[in-house]
Amino acid sequence: MVQFETVIGLEVHAQLKTNTKIFCGCSTQFGKEPNENVCEVCSGMPGVLPVLNEKVMEYAAKMGLATNCIINKKSIFARKNYFYPDLPKGYQISQFELPICEHGHLNISYEDKSGEPCKKRIGVTRIHMEEDAGKNIHSVAENASFVDLNRTGVPLIEIVSEPDMRNAEEAVAYLKSLRSILLYLDICDGNLEEGSFRCDVNISVRPFGQEEFGTRAELKNINSFRNVHKAIHYEVARQIDLIEDGEKIIQETRLYDADKGTTHSMRGKADAHDYRYFPDPDLVPLVIADEWLAEWQAAQPELPAERKVRFEEDFKISEDDADFLTAEKDIADYYEAVLDSYNEPKKVANWIKGDFMKELNQSEVGLSECKFKPEMMATLVEMVDKDVISNKIGKDIFNEIFTAGLDPAKFVKDKGLEQNSDSSSLEAAVDKVLADNPNEVEAYKGGKKKLVSFFMGQVMKETKGQANPGIVSKMIQQKLS
Amino acid sequence: MSDVKLSTDEVAKVASLARLDLSDKKKELFAGQLNNILSYMDKLNEIDTKDVEPMFSPVEHTTVLRKDVIIKEHTRDEILANAPDSDGQYFVVPRIV
Ligand SMILES: [Zn+2]
Repeated sequence: MVQFETVIGLEVHAQLKTNTKIFCGCSTQFGKEPNENVCEVCSGMPGVLPVLNEKVMEYAAKMGLATNCIINKKSIFARKNYFYPDLPKGYQISQFELPICEHGHLNISYEDKSGEPCKKRIGVTRIHMEEDAGKNIHSVAENASFVDLNRTGVPLIEIVSEPDMRNAEEAVAYLKSLRSILLYLDICDGNLEEGSFRCDVNISVRPFGQEEFGTRAELKNINSFRNVHKAIHYEVARQIDLIEDGEKIIQETRLYDADKGTTHSMRGKADAHDYRYFPDPDLVPLVIADEWLAEWQAAQPELPAERKVRFEEDFKISEDDADFLTAEKDIADYYEAVLDSYNEPKKVANWIKGDFMKELNQSEVGLSECKFKPEMMATLVEMVDKDVISNKIGKDIFNEIFTAGLDPAKFVKDKGLEQNSDSSSLEAAVDKVLADNPNEVEAYKGGKKKLVSFFMGQVMKETKGQANPGIVSKMIQQKLS
Repeated sequence: MSDVKLSTDEVAKVASLARLDLSDKKKELFAGQLNNILSYMDKLNEIDTKDVEPMFSPVEHTTVLRKDVIIKEHTRDEILANAPDSDGQYFVVPRIV
């Protein structure tokens, strides 16, 4: 049996968070009435001239700096020619020769299939600026298509990777890393479902050891990281099957079907990719001044990789924890805000990774709307840490105080949930448990020392989880010795 | 170097990509004209341009930028008024899928 190797390259389109479109003053605001954000430029009227939005240049360059690219001093715009009603000019303004950024790379870390931590450098071929297309609604009944140009001309950057990835884990790690950087730079929403972060997957297979790439398929329409994973697995199996059956892979664009978990051919015309790029005479070359570049470089925020190293060094937490906590900017900000109130990095990290993330993922809202503020989280961790409440009570009440945004100290006081360290009442509970379970007491004395946890559990039940476990454990052992 | 660089078939293909419907006579005509232009390019190719930076535009100034500030000068009605067909909200075009 021939063993196959998968080769993956990724193209990411990121919608930039500017106020206006790339070449005109129309608003980019989402959710407006159809064609409300449209002018003579983005509707493609004859004789109008596009003028580049300076923020688009700045954001593209910042992404280039963050991915170790060379920022080309001179870059030009090109026309990509194709006909579709959501692109009223008959061409998309993009960059072809001389894009704004080239020759970058990104270091990713991820776990492979067997859970082993891995690191890899992925090349970033280029980043270029371009305009988005509009949206069409098709009506069979009216035999017409309805065109909304609000999105036409919204700025995008396309980030093209080298074909450096060899499996789905690497591809997803690369995408997550890119998204994380875009969010740290605050230049893109990074929303896969709503399409502000879109990924196209170029994928081929070849026998191990072969230099030459196999024929690739381009997968589109993938709107979650999990689906990137599934689409790659499906496509790899499909291509290997074809080759083993002696058939040829056709170079084509395939759409991912999230419901079926399959990919299918777009069956476009053979010449659909004949874009006849040429330099756009309406736009003059863009020359980036050295002082602008220096300014942007100086204004770069701390990026995920740097923040991770700082977390490991300053907070003495593990690399895994630092990785997890810095992957999303708002989680990292939250973590640091909790530490401002209660500086126990390891303990706070455990709560955030565990119960906090569980609740956050289950709630429909993002962290920005979360009612459970960092000071509340700090209070909770401190109360558990200082034995005001037991760990179990902390976990039991978490859902309620998280959802409603309640002060844990007040909540615990009102409900009388403080940990019981009063030895006379605890002693009564221990005595009752021992008296109720004579067989277990016998077995313990006969050498089954593990039964201490059984007695602990019973005492916790008896005291509704409020018993101080340290005191109880000591008490049980004393009484049974 | 007066050999044919562009066949009438290639002219037909480019025309169809540009959504132009050309008669056979026009294809011949344009193939001839385009071949003349391409032959002239050969003449230009005789010049050594090894150390010349490519010129992408005859316009000499560079880097024209706008501030990222919203400008709205026309209502939707005014924009849609230029379309061959609209329903007051959308541009309406022959069905594409
Ligand atoms: Zn506009």
